[in-house]
Amino acid sequence: MAVSRRTALKVAFAGAAVAVARPVAASTPLVAPADAVGLLYDTTKCIGCKACMAACREANGLEPDTTWSEGKYHAPLDLSARAKTVIKLFDDGTRTSFMKAQCMHCVDPACASACMLGAFKKREYGIVTYDVNYCIGCRYCEVACPYNVPKFEWSKAAPRMVKCELCNHRLAKGQQPACSEVCPRQAVIFGTRQDLLREAHRRLAAQPNIYVQKVYGEHDGGGTQCLYISHVPFEGLGLPALGEESTPMLQRTIQHSVYKGFAAPVALYGLLGAVMVRNRKKGEPA
Amino acid sequence: MTDSTRSPQAARPVGGPILTRPFTLLLMLFAIGGVLILYRLATGLGQVTAMNDGYPWGLWIAFDVVTGTALACGGYAVALLVYVLNKGRYHPLVRPAVLTSALGYSLAGVGVGLDVGRWWSIWRVPLFFWHWNLNSVLLEVALCIMSYTFVLWIELSPAFLEKAEQSGIPSLRRFAAKTKPIVERALLWIIALGILLPTMHQSSLGALMLIAGPRLHPLWNTGWLPLLFLMSCIAMGYAAIVFEATLSSWLFEREPEREMLAGLSQAIVPLGTAYVGLRLLDIAGRGQLGALFAFDLYSVMTILELLLVVVAVGLLLGDAQRQKLGNLFRAAMLFMLAGSVYRFDTYLVAFRPGSHWSYFPSVGEILVTAGLVAGELMAFILIVKLFPILTLETPHAAHHH
Repeated sequence: MAVSRRTALKVAFAGAAVAVARPVAASTPLVAPADAVGLLYDTTKCIGCKACMAACREANGLEPDTTWSEGKYHAPLDLSARAKTVIKLFDDGTRTSFMKAQCMHCVDPACASACMLGAFKKREYGIVTYDVNYCIGCRYCEVACPYNVPKFEWSKAAPRMVKCELCNHRLAKGQQPACSEVCPRQAVIFGTRQDLLREAHRRLAAQPNIYVQKVYGEHDGGGTQCLYISHVPFEGLGLPALGEESTPMLQRTIQHSVYKGFAAPVALYGLLGAVMVRNRKKGEPA
Repeated sequence: MTDSTRSPQAARPVGGPILTRPFTLLLMLFAIGGVLILYRLATGLGQVTAMNDGYPWGLWIAFDVVTGTALACGGYAVALLVYVLNKGRYHPLVRPAVLTSALGYSLAGVGVGLDVGRWWSIWRVPLFFWHWNLNSVLLEVALCIMSYTFVLWIELSPAFLEKAEQSGIPSLRRFAAKTKPIVERALLWIIALGILLPTMHQSSLGALMLIAGPRLHPLWNTGWLPLLFLMSCIAMGYAAIVFEATLSSWLFEREPEREMLAGLSQAIVPLGTAYVGLRLLDIAGRGQLGALFAFDLYSVMTILELLLVVVAVGLLLGDAQRQKLGNLFRAAMLFMLAGSVYRFDTYLVAFRPGSHWSYFPSVGEILVTAGLVAGELMAFILIVKLFPILTLETPHAAHHH
């Protein structure tokens, strides 16, 4: 079943009612929220018309990125502060494929784990959103994101971070994201993560000789809400081989075990103080 | 032993003219940096720096903050020695080390202030505590560095208060007389904080890059990163003290504290050896020996990091070796270099955002960093000339109390 606009509407209205208890223990793997929505991109359907890029730019009020077109038109080579989605071409000499890049809306986003004041946060529908009021522009999110998604406004005196927020302003109005709405071939479709996964597996099973038998994002990097199926290897598309553990997991496990309940620092402080008091009384051994 | 709160008896202002020729040169560098800083604040980061969306952190983070604060670990390292390991004879080294640390950390603070895009909202980090993301290692590092900078200046405050006690202004004298006993009573617990905080954030500076995951080259990407950063920063702290003490003895023409510097250098030997051992074991344990001997950029840089430590340790083996001041100075420089290269590599070389991204610091970035370092040196010269920081007598006479 292709995800239609009706499904999108249903998701938008019903999803708001679903309250999810998120796991608290930081070192246990996170699961996608029950109301998670996302995109499914199918390389076999994309014709590289870039209508999604134009629609995205318009829907998000971004200025054209004319860096690579002598100032003439919107032609970004990669995601940038003016391009929340971009169509790239993969060509290894024998096979070609298009590739749509945008935020993956991770189940356990590294940007949100990194962000000091929670400017990046997973909010309703599991969408990773940005709130400039809590951003100081440190760019640790850019260091953290395994997909190189968040972009910084390098040429502005008051810069923000820019990335796809799955058109959450459109979802609020009952519309679907601009890119999936405008796609003439339904190469990128919008829906709940569960529906998209079902649809992806249906396509893999229906044409096993065409597709690489894997849905990228189902488990990769702890899972993402934007999913990919492809006729060429995923590494070629620029999707990294991440394993099933989310990227922030190792750091969080180490940090949370060292700082559990802040007990170790308090104990160390007490110990240091005690040793120093004792030393002062005793004086230095000759 | 000197009481931890009392000034070392021999610490006195160096005195002499301020506006010497080297000082004027530093002032010029500082002014150039200052103009570029204003330009950066007015136009954004893209005009002055070479940083980009592939390499979001550049020279200012890798050098001013990550390397600079490690080189400024002298205060931490010597406090460990004097107050925890109870080696009171090293006390004359405390004040200059704490001054160097306070200046280094303050420089890092300015560096961060310039580097963050939305610098005017930086005050929200410590104050918006209900928004703190406790998963963020950077938050811990930021809060720790902010508090530690504050702690360092308090640790140093007796030097300023002693000066104020002799001031010609009666109200300042009264203030100093009232404040000094309060600071002195609290000082021990402040110093304990001054040991706790660097232990936390210097290890977390290593943990920080773990979030880059597979984009961090396997030779550096290890759960031991926090411990390795901690070990190397302590060694760098001792090395920085030896370096700074030798240099000041030449600059201000006084006897170097030979025995103390030899003792400090000796402390580096086990630290350096353990660092090299742990790195090799970790690389082997994760099955990355192939990467270590691949002789590509990553392998060559790792071998260089380790070799620098090995050579420095080699220079310090044996009592006779440690009696030569030149040897101590060379070993100290090698250690500072080894730790700096390790930090640069972890933050810049090992970080691989993709082949279509590249970064090399711009002239603007380098000049801003040079200006900040010039400012730090100016502040050091100014403070040791005006305030009781350095021990002026020969240390042999000075450390028997």
